[in-house]
Amino acid sequence: MSADPLAPKPTADLLLSPGSPGSPAPAGRPGRSTAAHTLLFLLAALALAGSMAAAVRIGTADVGWTGLARVLGTRLGLGVEPLPPLLDSLIWDLRLPRVLMAALVGASLAVCGTVLQAVTRNALADPYLLGVSSGASTGAVAVVVLGVGASALGVTGGALAGALSSFGLLLLLLRRTGLDSARIVLTGVVVGQLFTASTSLVLMASADADTTRAVTHWLLGSMAPARWDTVVVCAVVTPLGLVTAWLCSNALDGLAFGTDTAASLGIGVRNTRMLLLVVTAALTAVAVATVGAIGFVGLIVPHGVRFLVGPLHRVLLPYAALAGAVFLVWTDALARVAFAPREVPVGVITALLGVPLFLLILRKRGEL
Amino acid sequence: MRITAEGLSWSVAGTQVVRDVSADIAPGETVGLLGPNGSGKSSLLRCLAGLRAPDAGTVRYDGEPVQDWSARRIARHVAFVEQDSAADSDLRVADVVGLGRTPFRDRWRGPDATDRAVVAAALERVGLTALAGRSWKALSGGERQRAHIARALAQQPYALLLDEPTNHLDVKHQLELMRLLTGTDQTVLVALHDLSLAARYCDRLLLLHHGRLIACGTPAAVLTTERLAEVFEVDADLTTDTLGHPVVTYRGRSAAPLPRHPDPPFESL
Repeated sequence: MSADPLAPKPTADLLLSPGSPGSPAPAGRPGRSTAAHTLLFLLAALALAGSMAAAVRIGTADVGWTGLARVLGTRLGLGVEPLPPLLDSLIWDLRLPRVLMAALVGASLAVCGTVLQAVTRNALADPYLLGVSSGASTGAVAVVVLGVGASALGVTGGALAGALSSFGLLLLLLRRTGLDSARIVLTGVVVGQLFTASTSLVLMASADADTTRAVTHWLLGSMAPARWDTVVVCAVVTPLGLVTAWLCSNALDGLAFGTDTAASLGIGVRNTRMLLLVVTAALTAVAVATVGAIGFVGLIVPHGVRFLVGPLHRVLLPYAALAGAVFLVWTDALARVAFAPREVPVGVITALLGVPLFLLILRKRGEL
Repeated sequence: MRITAEGLSWSVAGTQVVRDVSADIAPGETVGLLGPNGSGKSSLLRCLAGLRAPDAGTVRYDGEPVQDWSARRIARHVAFVEQDSAADSDLRVADVVGLGRTPFRDRWRGPDATDRAVVAAALERVGLTALAGRSWKALSGGERQRAHIARALAQQPYALLLDEPTNHLDVKHQLELMRLLTGTDQTVLVALHDLSLAARYCDRLLLLHHGRLIACGTPAAVLTTERLAEVFEVDADLTTDTLGHPVVTYRGRSAAPLPRHPDPPFESL
């Protein structure tokens, strides 16, 4: 057939035939209008900016708002009076990259969770529970300990290789049932355990005591190692990943009804799934390479945001990114001050918040 | 749109499910696909909907082979409704029906005015307008099935392929659905279990047995007592309703009668 996609289709007349004369679009869809959404999104973005500014202030050395302004002013060359060098360095070299990193990683993990939950059709999917974070950890630790190339890029590359191999193993184990199998979380936990054990093995076998201590802290998930060079890697990869995921919004919606229905809607299910898994692996790897495996962010944030703005991914994904950023910025701030001057790894706090939610979802699904 | 199958075969895990099926479905025709469980109805539908690549043979839409078509191009021609497309989704009904607009939209673009009008018309067509804002989870099985059909209609397809769409429907909605399908200009191929329903509403019937197409023609020509006994293993009487459609009445499977329990002895009462 000489398919001209713009040619009037017989069914268009049919659907809008005299039987239903030009049924007007349902005015005022029950959802929010575009203007309301824009406003809400701007408010959420403002909340993130405010949270980040507040989080830079919070810590053992409080410099106040004027101090923060002076640090930023100095760097922007505004001719303000600089802070004492030690304090200035603390804010600029440690705390600022740390807060930026928390925002980027929070957004990444929340979007990874949202995407994985749609791709696997499982409400419990999250990079941590599916073992992807553990895979990334193994890759990163191998690079650090074996010293293959201990630059930020080398560690990220190792983490990416690890994340992709854990996905590969997961796909291999689920090759008969498919990715939307109900067993995916169980299989993911097993894959995660395998990689965690491998990480410990690499550490015990080849690292000295100092490295082991540093790396262990990092494996629990901590923002402390964030520096400008790692933030830059994250700042390049994360937006790319988020935009790619967002461009697949319609496909993610279609996947809710299974492979065949999605394919019958014109979605290239195989390719889209592969693309999204690679994007998820890359986002997780970049996060893990710097700050370790932080669990449950990808579980907590998407569920909360879905509850607020609904499940359509075109809307859900941007809000999940913002909410994830705000969430991790605040939990990291809490991790710094809760037991000051000692610092709790942020992964401990997210796990404490995430486990009850995990149980709640299990209960809701009637599996507990 | 004319759908043609030429020598289609498809197998999974070493089992041939569809064997050398050739059929031709004319534009605007409503064709019923019949056969017992496991006869290959669903697989044949999936091959014709471009969801499975046949091992041998060709599927043509209006004479053009579709094996090299993109999923998107196929979706603009043919809509497919699965048998049990379960989902634990929070999507609103209007958004589910809106999924039918996916092949016409950019990958990220939201619905425009046309999309909304088509969705509203599709909802009205299946009588779900009042539930447009309802969550998918809150729908009954029958409402979900109708929403899926509305989703397929929103695809504005030239042909509709449906796998046992009457499964979850009560009698009223079964009849309404069949009337809806036969009343369209589209080519319709529908797998059905209810032989009388198929005989009453379909222009032609295809009968599958062990993956082979063993009969094809008008309901009266396809449904015979001998075929029903051979394919479905039932004893059935065929009568004709007032409009001349065959009606199938089952006599139950010929089996030994159940043993009758002897009356209990009087004393035990």
